[in-house]
Amino acid sequence: MNKTRLSLIAATAALALTAGCARKAPKNLPPPPMTSGEAGQGSETGGTGADAGSVGQTSLTGARADFMRAVPSDRIFFGTDEYGIDDQDRRTLDAQAAWLLAHPAIAVTIEGHCDERGTREYNLALGDRRANAAKNYLAAKGVPALRMTTISWGKEKPVALGSTEDAWAQNRRAVTIVPQ
Amino acid sequence: MVRLPACIALALVAFASPLSAQAPPAPPPAAPAGAEPPPLEVDIVGGISAPMPIAIPVMPTPASASTPAGETAALGRQVAEIVAADLKSSGLFNPSGPGGLPPVAFPQVAAPDFAIWSGTGAQALVQGFVQANGDGKLTVGCYLYDTAAKSELTRQGFVVAPALWRRAAHKCADMVYARLTGEGPYFDSRVVYVSETGPKSRRIKRLAIMDQDGASHRFLTNGQAIVLTPRFAPNQQTIVYMSYVGDKPRAYVYDIGSGRQRLLVSQPYMTFAPRFSPDGRWVIFSMSVNGNTDIYRVAAAGGEPQRLTNAPGIDTGGSYSPDGRRIVFESDRGGSQQLYLMDADGANQHRISFGAGTYATPVWSPRGDLIAFTRIGGGGFRIGIIAPDGGGEKILTEAWQDEGPSWSPNGRVIMFFRTAQGSGRADLWSVDLTGVNERRIPTPLDGSDPAWSPLLP
Repeated sequence: MNKTRLSLIAATAALALTAGCARKAPKNLPPPPMTSGEAGQGSETGGTGADAGSVGQTSLTGARADFMRAVPSDRIFFGTDEYGIDDQDRRTLDAQAAWLLAHPAIAVTIEGHCDERGTREYNLALGDRRANAAKNYLAAKGVPALRMTTISWGKEKPVALGSTEDAWAQNRRAVTIVPQ
Repeated sequence: MVRLPACIALALVAFASPLSAQAPPAPPPAAPAGAEPPPLEVDIVGGISAPMPIAIPVMPTPASASTPAGETAALGRQVAEIVAADLKSSGLFNPSGPGGLPPVAFPQVAAPDFAIWSGTGAQALVQGFVQANGDGKLTVGCYLYDTAAKSELTRQGFVVAPALWRRAAHKCADMVYARLTGEGPYFDSRVVYVSETGPKSRRIKRLAIMDQDGASHRFLTNGQAIVLTPRFAPNQQTIVYMSYVGDKPRAYVYDIGSGRQRLLVSQPYMTFAPRFSPDGRWVIFSMSVNGNTDIYRVAAAGGEPQRLTNAPGIDTGGSYSPDGRRIVFESDRGGSQQLYLMDADGANQHRISFGAGTYATPVWSPRGDLIAFTRIGGGGFRIGIIAPDGGGEKILTEAWQDEGPSWSPNGRVIMFFRTAQGSGRADLWSVDLTGVNERRIPTPLDGSDPAWSPLLP
């Protein structure tokens, strides 16, 4: 099953905003998330801050904004009925792990979600698998398991609302939630 | 917050005493010997060529009286309407009345004018009466006649508090259904389900309970937390379900009468898919530990959970056989969701479904003869049935997404929910074992995860 990669509007918008603040030198500079070639779909937005001043008036502070600026995405995606971690997921999770190791006081929640094309109880269990797949990867990268809580939402909280392959691909996800 | 009669005072009574003064005349002696017509019966499982015509006139009252539920004369019409609606919903009867039928005088309740009724084409006749008793209760009399044989088939009287008059009507319909089909009754039962409203990304989900025909609807939870998959205990006063209250997805035990609830188990993991054993002493449920989901059981009164499955993979959706000795469940241990059986202690786990696609949400019929399931494949989710030995599989519905079957108390009707493509809106439906009689169950908002109660006492 193809893993569909989607340029998420929310993530892009957050990157656009943070690009404008980059010169304001946040208190805690995160480690460089990755080399430019690995950055994924958000890298162009994040890397070119030249003309972003027009939208950069809002100073985003707080852990979540910092996290969102430092990682290519707060979420990874899965194929139908799948919960494996592929190369693109690893790049995302590596960046998340680096940020989490640089912010040892912050605990996160990892949400597992499914598309609507599964039965309710199975999807609860599948969402738990996905959340734990992300958690286990981060733990293997050194993030203490005690700092990570998992929760499965099954098919109860879709972000894409259609009944299409694209929508389902966006909904099969594990999202790392950093506190505001 | 929830009010429910702690003790439902509905009693079956013999006719002789409570009706002394105004008792209808004694029924005529049995039909004369020699001219015995074939017995009046409805075939529920085989092919139904045409529903049986049955006349249900307004039930008269011996003396119109005012009760908290209204005038007895008005109740006589409403009871007949409910009996007609119940029988029609089964798909096995074609009721006429109460509207449009000639009035029945009280003395005729036990002595019908058969010439009139056989002239309407009705093969069976339901008559009755509603009477206010001196103690504030109602007596609803219910009589079933064979119009061709001109004979009484059965009668029952139900004494009921006025607030529960609908139950007497359902009991009357159950009497007729059971006598004519030979199957167990099911109309006097309730449904607990999840009422849904709001946008697809943020559905508000509340537990709600109602009679099986959608009447007497009320909400049990306020919608602040997502709730899923309620199921009745055999005593019908307790429900197990799953809630996200506090962002912790856990199975809870909920007492309808008091509104109190407690965690099913205290383990720090997601617990879900709870279901009672037929004797009410156990609850089986699923628990996900670090991404692996197994089935456990715990005493309904509380205690230490005992693990029943340990295969790598997702084991969930457990449901007991009616004798409590076996459990059907779904597992993806073989690569895709399939149905498996095991003994109640977890021994002898083996697969019973082998068709194309995947199988989920097995629920054992209260009769024990069939297991209902959701089958996924070919671009749809369908409700099906299969024998416990894996034979006789049959698909009953055809839609974008039908899911989550629950059995009627007599094991002859299945309620499920149907989700629409795109909008994601769901509603409740029922289907009989022929797959022909499919009906939408009315709910005030959208609905999902229905669970049918046992027959009320």
